[in-house]
Amino acid sequence: MAKVTLKIKRYDPEREPASWWSEHALEAEPTERVLDLLNRVKWEQDGTLSFRRSCGHGICGSDSMRIDGANRLACKTLVSELGSAITIEPLLGMRVQKDLIVDLEPFFAAYRTVKPYFISNAPPPPDGRERLQTPAQRLRFDDTTKCILCACCTASCPSFWASSEYIGPASIVQAHRFIFDSRDEGAGERLQVAGETMGVWRCHTAFNCTLACPRGINITQAIGEVKRALATGRVE
Amino acid sequence: MTHHHQFDAVIVGAGGAGLMAALQAARLTNVAVISKMYPTRSHTGTAQGGIAAPLGNMEEDHWEWYMYDTVKGGDYLVDQDAAEILARESVEAIYELEHMGLPFDRTEEGRIEQRRFGGHTRDYGKGPVMRSCKSADRTGHMILQTLYQNCIKHNVRFFNEFFVADVLVHDGVARGVVAVEIATGELHLFHAKAVLLASGGFGRMFAVTSNAHSLTGEPVAALYRRGLPLEDMEFFQFHPTGIYKMGILLSEAARGEGGVLLNGRGERFLENYAPTLMDLAPRDMLSRFIYQEVAAGRGVDGKDYVYLDIRPETINRYGSAPGGRTVTAAELEEKLPDIIEMMRVYMGVEPMREPVPIQPTAHYAMGGIPTDNDGRVLAGPAHTVSGLFAAGECACVSVHGANRLGTNSLVDLVVFGRRGGKALGEFCRRADYAPLPPQAEAEAQGALAELRASRGRERVGTLRSELQRVMMDKVGVFRKAAGMREALSTVRALKERYTQIGLDDRGGTFNTDLLEAFELGALLDLAEVTAASALQRTESRGAQYRDDFPERDDTHWLKHTLAYCSEGASVRPTRGEVRFEAKPVVVTRFEPKPRTY
Repeated sequence: MAKVTLKIKRYDPEREPASWWSEHALEAEPTERVLDLLNRVKWEQDGTLSFRRSCGHGICGSDSMRIDGANRLACKTLVSELGSAITIEPLLGMRVQKDLIVDLEPFFAAYRTVKPYFISNAPPPPDGRERLQTPAQRLRFDDTTKCILCACCTASCPSFWASSEYIGPASIVQAHRFIFDSRDEGAGERLQVAGETMGVWRCHTAFNCTLACPRGINITQAIGEVKRALATGRVE
Repeated sequence: MTHHHQFDAVIVGAGGAGLMAALQAARLTNVAVISKMYPTRSHTGTAQGGIAAPLGNMEEDHWEWYMYDTVKGGDYLVDQDAAEILARESVEAIYELEHMGLPFDRTEEGRIEQRRFGGHTRDYGKGPVMRSCKSADRTGHMILQTLYQNCIKHNVRFFNEFFVADVLVHDGVARGVVAVEIATGELHLFHAKAVLLASGGFGRMFAVTSNAHSLTGEPVAALYRRGLPLEDMEFFQFHPTGIYKMGILLSEAARGEGGVLLNGRGERFLENYAPTLMDLAPRDMLSRFIYQEVAAGRGVDGKDYVYLDIRPETINRYGSAPGGRTVTAAELEEKLPDIIEMMRVYMGVEPMREPVPIQPTAHYAMGGIPTDNDGRVLAGPAHTVSGLFAAGECACVSVHGANRLGTNSLVDLVVFGRRGGKALGEFCRRADYAPLPPQAEAEAQGALAELRASRGRERVGTLRSELQRVMMDKVGVFRKAAGMREALSTVRALKERYTQIGLDDRGGTFNTDLLEAFELGALLDLAEVTAASALQRTESRGAQYRDDFPERDDTHWLKHTLAYCSEGASVRPTRGEVRFEAKPVVVTRFEPKPRTY
């Protein structure tokens, strides 16, 4: 057990127009998740503290937040990785609704612009079975299938901070997942969206997204591959 | 103020079952999906290992074998007409998912790759079979993503971050739901021709669980409070391999790829318990065997855990044993990337060099809202509620009987989500809107206002952890009458204390204090039904093991439990006793036999 202090950026539009900080002293095990600490604050000290959470082990993507200045999932960040003073804020560049909860509607609206669904006009095989795809073709887009839409990447991107109209790394990751799927036929439509002013060219390869991704996706590379497809007109 | 909406079909829950149902129903009628979270946060996304279907892409397989495994896995409490549907329709459901774009792993021939999974066998139990279709160890994630993507494609209407406070069922007819918009705290009244519940499980009644914080079962409790029965609630699956103390799931796929369980002496103890399937025996049995080793003093360091070992040298040491295989570290990293990362992140263990401490974790409710094979909710052993449907973990068809096989939750979601969605859509084309009762939302509104204003001295967090502890200790893997009676009286005392809680947050905006209080009320009701159902079933079967009744008793207990509240028709936690009725088990092809592996 070690003593830690949690410093949390708070905001409640029903209480006061400005944000404030609350501080909470806790005894914590090194193996506890930051989410466990937030839960203990909520359950034992201050029930008004609000944050999103669900699965608690890094898969659902609910509890993305800024922990000691880096975008992370609270359930995938252990006390042992942090110092004794832990600072927690909502994601940057998104409208805060309450405490650590940000408005995700614009994020999901940007996601929808890249047509994040399978497009194919070819009918499935006449025997009704699966379309064929080799392991190599499947591997081509494997990395971007891991995305959990937590928004850690988009909310870490300087280009997104500069213009919230930028569709952001998460949307491009989703576009990549389909553009490079050998079965999909919608690459043209998606590349058109990605090539617009608020598309991939806003990316200045800061690599923040790749560093922030809790799923370890090489996002900057994926964005680079979409840029290359746009520049060469070839998906390979 | 209350917002009013009218949709032909309202679906509650946006996991695998809800989204599959939405896609089907949206072809026939107008649909709204209400979800407590953004759909991509749903717990389907955490399913790891795979989804079964006898495609025969790797080796010979047949739906009859799969059906048999499901029935035997469920300790013969499975309704065999439903199991036949599951086994047969799994094939077309998997192909449908592939056609929707789901990126399954592939064989060299380009077909869907399959692997072994617990309890799935060839030729009626002769040995393991490769039946589980997968995307590495994030199969559920890919299913959830693919279904949500297709809902976007087809413009399905979502109400995200709304929780359901009441399901409006009057005079045996469903009429809609009352929901709270979490962002504002405002009430929304949805008038519908039909409602389909797909709200998932409620494993948060247990202290050590793989279940998400959000799995608290409000819609299930809402039906129970309205006087409808819940089926087979005594059967709750404990998955054998949860991360020690945390309960985070480490998929059976780890054992499907060759991993083994070892006791504190480094022995592969399952040789003594399940000589044919060993580490791929069904979950109910493995969880018991682990605790039997622990009770015999053979846990690690005398403690209450054993090891899951996926070191390549360990797997290869058993490579020539039945069902054994040969692997490299690189192959394991490719096939099990997520769970290997979880072992590293949460346990600080390097699984290629050391074994991982595991213990059973509360995982899956076999029981729930009784339905027929098209998702129609039953009001009793033989009649249905007009316009009310359920699918997925919240429902009980029953294809899982007393114990679910690994992969079968995902199969259940897509097969019965699909059937339920079709039946829902067809119902809406024929039916008219049944009128809402006057002030349909008033009761929920009153209960929520009272909760929000509550200033008692009991805290939600305290009551919830006491509930989770007593359920884990007394209504877990091993049960006996005295312990279950104690659990029941504790739960009832907690319900009493629940009337004395106090909230900190009285606001409207994202009042998650209020939401958690409301969720606790549902958990208390469902825990009471679980404990009472377990106590009345005086036998051991599947996930229910009783020290005082250690044998399966087909003469008296080859039947489903239906549990009702003796005083019904409220939106608040129940106050009456639990009353029971029996429902026969459908037996078609496979007569009950002793269950060995």
